[in-house]
Amino acid sequence: MTVVGEQLQPTLFERSRPGRGGDKIPHPPKDALDRIPAGARRVTPPALPELNEPEVVRHYVNLSQLNYAIDTGFYPLGSCTMKFNPKLNEWAARLPGFASLHPLAPDEVAQGTLQLLFELEEWLAEISGMRAVTLQPAAGAQGELTGILMIRAYHRGRGDTDRDEVLVPDSSHGTNPATASMAGFRTITIPSAADGGVDLDKFQAALGPRTAAVMITNPSTLGLFEKRIGDLLDLVHEAGALAYMDGANLNAILGRFKPGEAGFDVMHFNVHKTFSTPHGGGGPGAGPVGVGETLLPFLPSPRVLRADDGTYRLERLDERPTSIGRLRSFVGNTGVLVRAYAYLRAHGGSGLKQVSDDAVLAANYLRKRVGEAYDIPFDRACKHEFVASAAGIKKRTGVRTLDIAKRLIDHGYHPPTIYFPLTVEEGMLIEPTETESVETLDAFADALIAIARECETDPELVRSAPHDAPVGRLDEATAARQPNLRWRPMAGAEMPCPD
Amino acid sequence: MVPTELRYTKDHEWVRVDGDEATVGITEYAAGQLGDIVFVELPPAGRGLAQFAAFGVVESVKAVSDLFAPLTGEVTAANDALAGSPELVNSDPYGEGWMVRLKLTAPDEVDELLDATAYDALIAAG
Amino acid sequence: MPYGPHTAGDRERMLAALGIDSVDALFADIPETLRASRLDLPGPEPELELAGRLQALAGRNRTDLASFLGAGVYRHWTPPNVDQLLLRGEWYTAYTPYQPEISQGTLQSIYEYESLLAELVDLDVVSASHYDGAAATAEAGLMTCRATRRERVLVSRAVHPHYRQTLKAYFGAGLELDDIPLVADGDGAGTTDLAALERLLADGDRPVAGVIAGQPNFFGLLEPMAEIGRLAHAAGALFVSVVEPVSLAVLAPPGAYGADIAAGEGQPLGIAPQYGGPYLGILASTDALVRQIPGRLVGMTTDVKGRRAYVMTLRAREQDIRRDKAASNICTNQALLALAASIYLATIGPHGLRDVAAQGAARAARLETALAAAGAPRVHRAPYLNEFAVRVPDARAVHRRLIDRGVLAGLVLGDILPDEPSLADALLVCATEVTTDDEIGRFAAALAAEIADTPLEAVR
Repeated sequence: MTVVGEQLQPTLFERSRPGRGGDKIPHPPKDALDRIPAGARRVTPPALPELNEPEVVRHYVNLSQLNYAIDTGFYPLGSCTMKFNPKLNEWAARLPGFASLHPLAPDEVAQGTLQLLFELEEWLAEISGMRAVTLQPAAGAQGELTGILMIRAYHRGRGDTDRDEVLVPDSSHGTNPATASMAGFRTITIPSAADGGVDLDKFQAALGPRTAAVMITNPSTLGLFEKRIGDLLDLVHEAGALAYMDGANLNAILGRFKPGEAGFDVMHFNVHKTFSTPHGGGGPGAGPVGVGETLLPFLPSPRVLRADDGTYRLERLDERPTSIGRLRSFVGNTGVLVRAYAYLRAHGGSGLKQVSDDAVLAANYLRKRVGEAYDIPFDRACKHEFVASAAGIKKRTGVRTLDIAKRLIDHGYHPPTIYFPLTVEEGMLIEPTETESVETLDAFADALIAIARECETDPELVRSAPHDAPVGRLDEATAARQPNLRWRPMAGAEMPCPD
Repeated sequence: MVPTELRYTKDHEWVRVDGDEATVGITEYAAGQLGDIVFVELPPAGRGLAQFAAFGVVESVKAVSDLFAPLTGEVTAANDALAGSPELVNSDPYGEGWMVRLKLTAPDEVDELLDATAYDALIAAG
Repeated sequence: MPYGPHTAGDRERMLAALGIDSVDALFADIPETLRASRLDLPGPEPELELAGRLQALAGRNRTDLASFLGAGVYRHWTPPNVDQLLLRGEWYTAYTPYQPEISQGTLQSIYEYESLLAELVDLDVVSASHYDGAAATAEAGLMTCRATRRERVLVSRAVHPHYRQTLKAYFGAGLELDDIPLVADGDGAGTTDLAALERLLADGDRPVAGVIAGQPNFFGLLEPMAEIGRLAHAAGALFVSVVEPVSLAVLAPPGAYGADIAAGEGQPLGIAPQYGGPYLGILASTDALVRQIPGRLVGMTTDVKGRRAYVMTLRAREQDIRRDKAASNICTNQALLALAASIYLATIGPHGLRDVAAQGAARAARLETALAAAGAPRVHRAPYLNEFAVRVPDARAVHRRLIDRGVLAGLVLGDILPDEPSLADALLVCATEVTTDDEIGRFAAALAAEIADTPLEAVR
């Protein structure tokens, strides 16, 4: 079964012909650049490709057809929440009033966007039980950095400069320890308990006067709710540290658990996960951060403020000296935030709760089905995702999770998340989300089960998959040993050019 | 059975000792776990290494691992061939895939390392 | 539920398969004391009403002003094919290309983006994108520290204030960030003070890892980049150039004047202003620094049948593999915007891009003349490309009143740089290929009226 189109494409550079390309703008006067000193002028023009518009269009349409996408099929990607990207949101973000607004335009001409951002902050604060929200971070990882930098500022502000450690469970997303390092902290990794949750004893042993923060994902990256979260938060605060929640798995708990109410001091949202903004082949996203009272003074600047007369404005520079400053230019990925706002308004409070109910129901249903042929290491009620393992299959047949994932492509599916979290052998993290029909869930489960059978009857077929994709498995070793990161005409001649 | 004339660390480095000179690499098991090696970051000659301290990095396509010194000493040479051919670590881990040569300052430390039997037991236990 | 497919029947079927009566059973493991209070939010809004709400909000922004505002984000004409191609679901609803066999579209487009930008900046390694110019500049600063194992970075005061503030936030963890002062008067006023830079570099106790300067700088002025680079290298430091991509069609690129790293904002390449983002962080380096550059990289390789194919490579640098030792924590980037920039560059072509830059320069020169005649001369004397600062008495108040006259008169520099008294009465203005003579005329007339304090009918 073919998933996507098959037309491999030459590069733009190979299509280029000197003299091609239309006039999009009028020619400038010949002396336009005379006043630029020769020393600053470019001597050799950039060798950009010359194409006419129809060729450009065909190139990008044909390329697009080599892609799998939510709009073409199901992504059971654990931890990514690949739900439908609403088309209304694309329309909204493109409204000229939103799209053409310059980020340094005076507040008085930006009242519509400022109001939208202010309301979005209120919605996110209510959803998370947090006191206030910043919309500035450009992605979840940048949100994490924002949160950890605020925690650092908090401890420094109290004169406590000894706290140089951040604790994370061994199942954490890689961004957590990377964030801690960027902020100047050492990461202490705490092994999980046998039931997949945090090991309270080990956390307690590691908590102390050097702990600045603990970073927890809840539900965990195994899709399990941390039952011991209340005790853990108590321990963290008793040790004088603060608790950060990685909100990547928020799709499981909307209307069921509010991190701020439970005692988390700070959390980030991934709007490109929970709130449907499109992944775009790798980005953009946005990573708003919510804080409780403790970290409120440290929020990035500028905040969006509402005056008594109902008008909105941006905080002025130096209006709040305790702020950690800014992590990026301007106010945030506003175009992405418009999409998130539209999503939230479309659902309302009741709709958001239904989202989590359906996401969790679908995940458990799929867990039962997939369990017919795969090990389910934590076979109890999960939240929005669950982990399956092909460890048994590997033992019996030698076929690995990687091979099964590639074989799923032949069955018309994007593989689930594999080998994450690191704590499960031959793991597959599966998250259906709430926007996939029961028929899709059953068909996917059937495909996985069929592949499990293929592992026994025809393992070589699985090990050499995919067979029906535009390309087969790639030589990643050579790609890393001899990186070719830039088109060069002579080098390109050595690689066969697709017709 | 791994080469019997070598000694091993728990982190899967091997060392060949010849008086107060030693050659260090990673074992076939380690290379297998990592997969296709794509890059090895090694210290320059003259750098001092402390036993069990990290001295470099070995990278595969999908994984990365620190290298830990089996013995204390000064680097006399790093294997330049690995820059252009990191795959030597996969194809000949105990020979052409060697990583650094050391001048040992505390040769007795070798007693703290595993012999072939002990290392085989370690990897069998998984 | 606007987008969910489940009917009551579907839900019943799934519950039955699980042997439970209600979905509440699946949330029973949340301790009672931690269960959420009710979501105190409005109810769902049907699409028609929501569309009306969004339109009303968009309508409260003013889009009718003749704008001369730049300061890091620029109005350009984007050929409509860019957005129409971007609206293909295969592009914007695709995930990160971790499964290369079914992501060759995204992967090839990123490789092409890397190649196109490499041509523009004349450096060999271009990351698949960073968040924006500010974050890219901050990460460039961190790169210089990792690569040189030094802890101090110098940044020109003529780099965008937001970028400098971002550097400060990223550098809080035990690294030093120092400002390079600007020339105060004379022909070089507003550009980086080379003598001061040399003195800063000479501090043997605090060796410098990197020197950061922009071309054009925040005030639109052209900087002596080659000299700055020479001074940096002589002191063993790396040189980071902050670039504006359209200008690279006509200005010497970083690779030509010895920069080791280039960082910048790709918004001018076919991306709408959108009140702050999503934009496109450009980050590029020499080959020597490839293992230090954060973010994704896509390379060309072959598949098992020998066909040309593309794949994310050098992944061991990234957070999911390297974790606490990763060069950066970046995961999600700005991929779709890199695609937009690529389509823009492919559509406009090298001659078109040169024309965009040259048109901006031509119109800016006309703007300069018109504003000088209206009583607002340039603040600086150094050459500029298409952006410059003008002296306007009582700039903030004049700027405010010009809005009533239908003009967005650039940026009040005193608002973004309150600590620079020499810029207290100055506006930063720019022109691009979309700036019309009519708009220039209106701006100049309105400004002249304000400066002369002559009542004039509000121009709308």
